[in-house]
Amino acid sequence: MKKEPFFWVTVSCGFVIGAFILLPLIEMMTAPSASMLKKTIQDKEVVKSIWLSIYTAGSAASISFVVGTPFAYLLARTDFRGKRLVEGIIDLPIVIPHPVVGIAILSVAGRGHWLGRLFEELGIRIMGSVTGIIAVLTFVGLPFYINAAKSGFESISPRLEKVSRSLGASVVSTFCRITVPLAWRSMLVGIIMCSARAISEFGAVVIVAYHPMIAPVMIYERFEAYGLKYSQPVAVWLVFICLALFLILRVLTLRRPRQA
Amino acid sequence: MITIEDLTVRLPGFSLRDINLRIEEHDFFILMGPTGAGKTVLLEALAGLIPATAGKIFIGKKDITRLPPEKRDVSIVYQDFALFPHLTVRENITYGLHFHKIGTAESKKRLSCMLELLNLSHLQKRVPTNLSGGEKQRVSLARALMVNPKVLLLDEPLSSLDPGFREEVRNMIKKLHKDSRATFLMVTHDFAEALSLAGKAAILNRGMVEQIGSIEEIFQRPSSAFVADFVGMKNLFSAEFRGTKTCIDGLEIELEREPANSHGYIAIRPEDIVLSREILHSSMRNSFSGTVAGVVDQGFYYEVKVRVGKTVFNSLITKSSLVELAICEGSDIFLSFKATAIHNF
Repeated sequence: MKKEPFFWVTVSCGFVIGAFILLPLIEMMTAPSASMLKKTIQDKEVVKSIWLSIYTAGSAASISFVVGTPFAYLLARTDFRGKRLVEGIIDLPIVIPHPVVGIAILSVAGRGHWLGRLFEELGIRIMGSVTGIIAVLTFVGLPFYINAAKSGFESISPRLEKVSRSLGASVVSTFCRITVPLAWRSMLVGIIMCSARAISEFGAVVIVAYHPMIAPVMIYERFEAYGLKYSQPVAVWLVFICLALFLILRVLTLRRPRQA
Repeated sequence: MITIEDLTVRLPGFSLRDINLRIEEHDFFILMGPTGAGKTVLLEALAGLIPATAGKIFIGKKDITRLPPEKRDVSIVYQDFALFPHLTVRENITYGLHFHKIGTAESKKRLSCMLELLNLSHLQKRVPTNLSGGEKQRVSLARALMVNPKVLLLDEPLSSLDPGFREEVRNMIKKLHKDSRATFLMVTHDFAEALSLAGKAAILNRGMVEQIGSIEEIFQRPSSAFVADFVGMKNLFSAEFRGTKTCIDGLEIELEREPANSHGYIAIRPEDIVLSREILHSSMRNSFSGTVAGVVDQGFYYEVKVRVGKTVFNSLITKSSLVELAICEGSDIFLSFKATAIHNF
């Protein structure tokens, strides 16, 4: 059968999009020579910044998991007036421009704000600290975790939980024995999305903490100071390590034994 | 005994109002009503899964109105089975034991007893996804009864099953009720189910109780036009079965097959009863002569009441047949129906 012209339009669009995404990435990944890559990974500062990126993004994902899970469950299971508004607020960090996020966080963490003064008295520093970076990354990553976990919880029939309760399980036991085992896939996807978002953040972090330097900031600095050639190897290493980490996480959790 | 006093449950867009029910211990109580009548809401309120807005619920002498579901000793079986998909059949059945202080020996004994009773032994290592509807519902029943509940709530447990499995599970429920000490409370919209299982029943409509009584009573003496309309099936007679024959008030009626029970009910849909002036020589095995006791205009159809001995049958015929047969009150008429048109239970 002869294909409609529209079919060829859709296919060509696919090719354009594929090339648009892959071409720059492949070009960047293949640009640095092997010796250049080796030299870069021996650079202590590079290793330190990549490690800091992973550590802060992981912390942001953990915080999102701990605080976000109960809240996502609440949003999935209850209906209340203003729920749409609350959901809109959760999504705010996704739509706000990144530098604005940094500025917004600084405006409550500075000395001009009572919260900033409270932090100072407690010895917590936001500006130019790891704490500050984690705060920023949690801010931008949280919505991704909450939304993924929420849709996971929503897909579980409340009847399963009702039956569990009627069989003698408390709310907490029901959550641990029924809800989480059935929703863990969505929760995992949420954690991956949240950390991926956090690890890629630049605009907000650079305002709150230029130092200590996370990998995206270091890539930017190398680019500014030495040019494209010197920023590429760092970028390649960051991409490699992130992909490897997500792959390991995925494999580890998928290999869970399943009873026949 | 379950006592429900002035129970009111208010939900967005629906409310259950002033429900008063007394259900004797170890009774098999049926709740009936049209869709949206509040049957499931009442069950879930009893289980503590929906909070009561007002009123009280007692099990025995204990007020359970404010108790959380896990402290009520009330198990629930849903129409869609609600089996835990990540657990095996065995893990599903033993799920409730984690939360009850029961020794290993005792729980093993209970499990093997339950597996045997519900014929599930060969399935215990399987996951629920691939089981048939009947098997799923048996697992769900086993899971609910493992914890020895005081009350078992059944929310239309048979309606999502294939007709073939329906009778099997129905008989199983009947047997389980006989063997256990629990009070059963079941929602259904099928009268055959209700009659074969229940002692007493209540009809619910728009969040209120329309009528409470024995099934037979509700059938034969509906207290409101709503109940009369709801029970629909007009020709219902209690009957003694002897082989393929049955006797109702001296009339001998031929059945299609020999029923398993010796005492029960037969029902014939009014549209299955054929009226004629002369005796019909056809395949219809049941033919009687009677007199017309009344004619009611039903719009497109006429409902003709025919008295045969002490029994009154209801028949539906078209207006043209009415004219053709020249039916009027007091006229003699023959009525016939096929043996296959008789529902017995």
